[in-house]
Amino acid sequence: MDLRYSSRHRALQEDARSFIKEYGHLSPKTGGGRKRPDARALDWQELLLERGYFARNIPREYGGFGLPVDIMELAIIAEEFSIAGVSPGIMNQGISMLVPTLLEVGTKEQCIRWIGPTIRGDIIWCQGYSEPGSGSDLAAAKTSARVEDGQFIVNGQKIWTSSAHYADMMFLLCRTESDKSKHDGLSYLLVPMNAPGIEVRPLVTMTGRAEFNETFFTDVRVPTDQIVMGRGDGWHVANVTLKYERMLLGDANKLTYRLARAVELMKKTMLAGRRFIDIPEYRERLLKLQGEVMASKYHGLRLMTEQAKGEDSGVKRLIVKLNGTMIAYRLSSLVVDVLGAAGLAYEPVGEASEDDEATTWQIDNMYDIGLIIGGGSSNIQKNIIGERGLGLPREPKSVPPAVRG
Amino acid sequence: MEFGLSEEQLMLTESLRGFLDERLPMNKLREIAEGGLGFDGELWSGLTEQGIMGIMVPEDFGGLGLSLLDAAVAAEALGYHAAPTPFAAALVMAPLTLIASGDRAQQKAWLPRIASGEVRIGVGFAGMSGQTGEAVARLDGNKLSGCITGVLDGGDATHFIVYLGDGRAALFAAVEEPGVSVSTHRSLDRTRPVTALVLHDARAAILGAANDPKAAATAVLDAGRVMLAGDTLGAAQSMFDKALLYSKERVQFNRVIGSFQAVKHTLADIITMLEPCRSLVWYAAHAQDGPAEEARVAALQAKAHLGDAGREIARLATEVHGGMGFTDLLGLHYWFKRIAFNRQLLGAPERCRHEAAVAQEWVS
Ligand SMILES: Cc1cc2nc3c(=O)[nH]c(=O)nc-3n(C[C@H](O)[C@H](O)[C@H](O)COP(=O)(O)OP(=O)(O)OC[C@H]3O[C@@H](n4cnc5c(N)ncnc54)[C@H](O)[C@@H]3O)c2cc1C
Repeated sequence: MDLRYSSRHRALQEDARSFIKEYGHLSPKTGGGRKRPDARALDWQELLLERGYFARNIPREYGGFGLPVDIMELAIIAEEFSIAGVSPGIMNQGISMLVPTLLEVGTKEQCIRWIGPTIRGDIIWCQGYSEPGSGSDLAAAKTSARVEDGQFIVNGQKIWTSSAHYADMMFLLCRTESDKSKHDGLSYLLVPMNAPGIEVRPLVTMTGRAEFNETFFTDVRVPTDQIVMGRGDGWHVANVTLKYERMLLGDANKLTYRLARAVELMKKTMLAGRRFIDIPEYRERLLKLQGEVMASKYHGLRLMTEQAKGEDSGVKRLIVKLNGTMIAYRLSSLVVDVLGAAGLAYEPVGEASEDDEATTWQIDNMYDIGLIIGGGSSNIQKNIIGERGLGLPREPKSVPPAVRG
Repeated sequence: MEFGLSEEQLMLTESLRGFLDERLPMNKLREIAEGGLGFDGELWSGLTEQGIMGIMVPEDFGGLGLSLLDAAVAAEALGYHAAPTPFAAALVMAPLTLIASGDRAQQKAWLPRIASGEVRIGVGFAGMSGQTGEAVARLDGNKLSGCITGVLDGGDATHFIVYLGDGRAALFAAVEEPGVSVSTHRSLDRTRPVTALVLHDARAAILGAANDPKAAATAVLDAGRVMLAGDTLGAAQSMFDKALLYSKERVQFNRVIGSFQAVKHTLADIITMLEPCRSLVWYAAHAQDGPAEEARVAALQAKAHLGDAGREIARLATEVHGGMGFTDLLGLHYWFKRIAFNRQLLGAPERCRHEAAVAQEWVS
C-alpha cells in the first residue's frame, strides 16, 4: 500500500487546483439530461486535452496527451475535479467505450482515424446493440450485414439507441455469418449515421425527453474496412466494449462527486428552520452512503492498481456496475428527498439550454434507473457475477431457437 | 502509487491462514469455544511461533514493528477462522497504548513482554467507546475505582488497561491485586468472552505520557475499531466461501442449488458487498498513520459499514445453507456470532456514524 504523493504528485495536485480555480468557471454543468456537447463543452474539452487532464495516457499520435499510466495521477485529477464539482470532460459512449475498445483490439489505422476526433468531441458515437427482440439476450441480434461489391449491406432494426438522433457514427453489433452459431455469427461495424438507408425515430423516455431512439437500417452500405477485428469476432469485441461500459456506469468518481454535492446541499437546505444535515434521519442516510462510496472508491483504486500491473481482477471487476449504479441511484434519491416538495417543479428545457438544479437532479434520479437497466440489467450482472465470476452453473437452457441469417 | 497488499502482507495472510487451517479444525474450534474464554494455551504458543505477538511492538522492544495494515491483515485471517484468541486489544490496542501514552520505562517494562506472548492485556474504556454497559472509572492518586463491562480480550488476561474519560490509561494486574475483581462471561460469540471489571482502590500504573491524552486514546480506540472491522471482513469472507461451496454441492430438484437464479443472485449480492469492504478496511488501516480527520472518518466508516454489511452477509450466507445453516452441527453459527460480537463492541454502526459526522464537523 502506497498512497503517498511524490513531489510530482503534489505538484500535479497543485496544478489541478489552480487550473480549476482559474478556469473552473468555464466548465459546463455536469449531470442532467443527455445532449450533444455544446460550444462550451467542446471548448472545455479542448482545454482539458491541451493540459493533459483528459486522455492523459492515450498516445500522442492518436490525439491524447501521451503520458505513461500513473494511476495516482488519474486518481488525483479525478478527485480534484469531482470535489470541485467541475466537469472532468466529456463522458459518452464514444469516449468511454469505443475509444478503449479500439485501443484494446483495433488496428493502428483505426486508432489514428477515430480516436482523435472522438476524444475532442467532434465525433459523437451511439451504440447499436439492443433490438426489439434481443436486449438482455444480446447475442440473439438479428440485424444483418452481407458483403456485396466490397461493402457490408446492413438491414434490420436497433432500439433504445441513446443519442442516435445527434450521433455521427454508430458501433453496430450485427449478424454477418448466417451459417455460424449464435455467438460466432456476429460482427462489430463502425457505421456513419448519415449513410443513406438509416432512419432514426426518437423515443420519449420517462424524463420527458427523447433521449433514445429506434434506428432502422435499409440496405445501408458500410466499407468493409470499418469492421473491428474480423468477421465473426463481433461478440468478443462487443464484450470488450461492455467491459468499459460497465466500468463507466459504475464509476466511483461519479459517486464521490455526487456525495460531495449531497453534503453541500444538506448543509444549506433547511426544513422547518433546521439544516438537513442536522436532522438525524437524513444525516444517517448520508453517512451510510458515505461509507459505501468510500468502499467503492478504494475498490476502484484497487482495480486500477491491478490493471496497471496487468493482473486479471476477475469477479472484483464484474461487481462494479451493479454496485455503482445502485449507490448512484440511492444518492440521487437522497438529494431529491432533500429538495422535497420544493424540488418538484419540473420543466426540462431539453437540449437547447440548461435545466435548473432541481430538474437536473430529478432527471439524474430517473436516469439512474435507466443505467441500472442499460449496459446489462442488474439481473444480468448478477448472472455474470455468479457464472463467470464465481463459477456457478448456468441456468439449464431451453433449446435456442434457430437464428435467422 | 499502489493500492493493495505487499508481498510480505500476502505471505503473512497465507502463513497465518495455513497455520489456522491446520491447527484449528472444526472439532478443535468447538472444544475451545465450549470454555468460552477466547484463549487456548496451545493455540497461543502456536501463534507466538507465527510471530503475531509482536506485530505492533517496535523492533527496539523485540517486536516486528509492523503497520496497522499488517495487523488488519492478521485480523482478517483470524476472523476467517473464528480464532478463539486475544488479538484486537492484547496485541494491537495494548501495545499502541504503551507506545502513545507510556513513558520510556513503562515501554521497556511491557512491550517486550507483549512481543514474547508472556503478557496478555485486556482493554476497556470508561466512556468514549460508544458501547452499551457500565463504564465508570475514577482515579485517586494511583488508585483506580469503578466498573467497566464489555472489556475486550479479558479471558485469561494477565493484565488490563482501562482508559479514563480524560484519555489517560491505567494499567494493572488481573489477579492477586487487591481491589481488582475480574468476571469473565461466555458471550454470544463463544470464541471471545466479555469481561467485567469491578475496581476498588486498585493500585494501577498510570500511562499518562501522551501530549494530548484524548487524541491518543481516540487513536487507540479507532485502531481497535479497524481491527474488529478486519475481523468481520474475514468472518464474512469465510461464510461466503462456505455458502458458495455448499451451493455447488447441495442438490435439490435434480440440480445443484447454485444453478437456481435466486441462489446465484444471493451469492452475487454477497460478493458485491464484500469486495469493496475489503478495500475500505485496508484503506482505514492504512489511513491511521495519516492526518487525523481522515483517519477518524475512515476507521469509523469501516467499523460502521462492516457492521452492517457483515450482518447482511451473515444472514444471506446462512440462508443459502438452508436448515443445515441453522444447526449447531455445521458450526456456521460461530462466524455469524463473531460478526454479531464485532458489531456491538467499541461502538455499533449508528454510534460510529454519528462520531464520523462530528469528526467532519457536520454536526457539533
Ligand atoms: C437509459 C437507457 C439507455 C440505453 N441505451 C442503449 C444504447 O445506447 N444502445 C443500446 O444498444 N441499448 C441501449 N439500452 C438498452 C439496454 O441495453 C437494454 O434495455 C437492456 O440490455 C435490457 O434489455 P431489454 O430492454 O430488452 O429488457 P429485457 O431483456 O426484456 O429484460 C426485462 C427484464 O427481464 C430481466 N431478464 C432478462 N433476461 C434475464 C435473465 N436471463 N435472468 C434474469 N433476468 C432476466 C431483466 O433483468 C429485466 O429486468 C438502453 C437502455 C436504457 C434504459
